[in-house]
Amino acid sequence: MEAYSDKVMDHFRNPRNVGDIENPDGIGRVGNPVCGDIMELYLRVEKDVITDARFKTFGCGAAIATSSMVTELIKNKTIEEAAKISNRAVAEALGGLPPIKMHCSVLAEEALTKAIEDYRARKRDAGKEG
Amino acid sequence: MKRIYMDHAATTPTDPEVVRAMLPFWTDVFGNPSSVHQEGREAGRAVEEARSTVAEVLGARPEEIVFTAGGTESDNLALKGVADAKKDRGHHIITSKIEHHAVLETCRFLEGKGFHVTYLDVDDRGSVDPEAVQRAITDETILVSIMHANNEIGTIQPIAAIGRIVRERGIVFHTDAVQTAGHLATKVDELDVDLLSLSAHKLYGPKGVGALYIRKGTKITPFLHGGEQERRRRASTHNVPGIVGLGRAIALAEARREVEGPRLTALRDRLIAGIVGGIEHTVLNGDPRGRLPSNVSVAIAFVEGESLVLSLDMEGIACATGSACTSQSLEPSHVLIGIGLSHELAHGTLRFSLGRHTTEEDVDHVLAVLPGIVARLRAMSPLYQKEKK
Ligand SMILES: Cc1ncc(COP(=O)(O)O)c(C=O)c1O
Ligand code: FES
Repeated sequence: MEAYSDKVMDHFRNPRNVGDIENPDGIGRVGNPVCGDIMELYLRVEKDVITDARFKTFGCGAAIATSSMVTELIKNKTIEEAAKISNRAVAEALGGLPPIKMHCSVLAEEALTKAIEDYRARKRDAGKEG
Repeated sequence: MKRIYMDHAATTPTDPEVVRAMLPFWTDVFGNPSSVHQEGREAGRAVEEARSTVAEVLGARPEEIVFTAGGTESDNLALKGVADAKKDRGHHIITSKIEHHAVLETCRFLEGKGFHVTYLDVDDRGSVDPEAVQRAITDETILVSIMHANNEIGTIQPIAAIGRIVRERGIVFHTDAVQTAGHLATKVDELDVDLLSLSAHKLYGPKGVGALYIRKGTKITPFLHGGEQERRRRASTHNVPGIVGLGRAIALAEARREVEGPRLTALRDRLIAGIVGGIEHTVLNGDPRGRLPSNVSVAIAFVEGESLVLSLDMEGIACATGSACTSQSLEPSHVLIGIGLSHELAHGTLRFSLGRHTTEEDVDHVLAVLPGIVARLRAMSPLYQKEKK
């Protein structure tokens, strides 16, 4: 089997930001139609800046590593900056992924997109109320 | 770190005694067994000795053994060879849903050539019902292929009972004994088979060499055409060192079998009891008793198999998984789905296959390490959180 990069193994061994956030400002829950894996991404956002991000993932080594990396990449970024992060950028930050594992990074990108959508929807609703 | 290798169903280390037996055949006795001169005759004698050894272990005659390049080739030769030889009699083949890909993919190929294949269901322990074989037989049936024991879940099939039904009808019966040769009794008359595949690297022999037993009188079309080796059933210059290695390996395995079997069974049951009893939400796959002495297959809920394998690997333990994430197709194991496991449980299945060097300390080390790994991955798993709530 094609080996994972050291970076991937590092994030698999010591995943950053595992867990959830109570009363998060955005949640992204996605299931991977390819192999059946699941990821949840939680955001804490203050003044449109992501101050905390946490994840839970049921998936392979690459799925866990990309989840971990995504939380690292978006922390302290504005929502707008975070929205531009692609699965390729996540894979690159990990020193690349075996081709067959690229779909796992897609899962991470989708979770991020959903979490941001969720945040924006909540903000809109809050705006209406307020 | 000391490595604990528990993936003997994937492959075994070559026994040093086997390596020693092979050594002269690279440089000193390098002749081509088909040659008339002394170099050739010496190599030829070694090949025939190995053939006699394999035949003896199977309770067969030397001329019924064909050497191949492994289990996959033996399965291909059996299925394609019989299908072609018998195509005027019928076009129907029966097999099971949990065969090795070497059989299943060959069947798919034959379907493309106009053969009809029945893929029998198995029960939740992975067993093929001999009566289901009987019911599937039609006037068109020419071949039945059922594996002796499954490589993933270890279930041993009632081969003799199936053999009786199949052979009585004049239908050719093949078994893939790649996981059992040298590990269980594999006398061809007791198993009641016409064809039997085996592979050296699963029994402490070298990779890339195997054998197919072909009962006298069984018609088979070769698919390697060329020289006159192997009574024209398989052309190509013999892999002399490999064949010698297979002969020595199967002789050694057979001699140890009756001591090694019960030893492994005790270790197997200790590992099973420790995992299923010690980690919640785990189940044993396959048959608790009718399974290979070496096989431990457990489904660990809420976690994914590749993560488990990587984590165990970091702790020095080598094992396998049926998870979709580790297959090129990204589909879960057909065997685990075949026994009715959910996609999710198949995802979290680990296979430990024990071997000659496995000790009780090894088993206990796995049992000491695994719960922590599972707990760590479950803490990361969205599925586990839901279960707890
Ligand atoms: C049941 C079974 N059949 C066939 C094979 C293929 O054998 P080989 O690797 O020698 O081609 C294997 C091993 O992978 C196996 O476990
Ligand atoms: S999550 Fe299944 S392959 Fe990565």
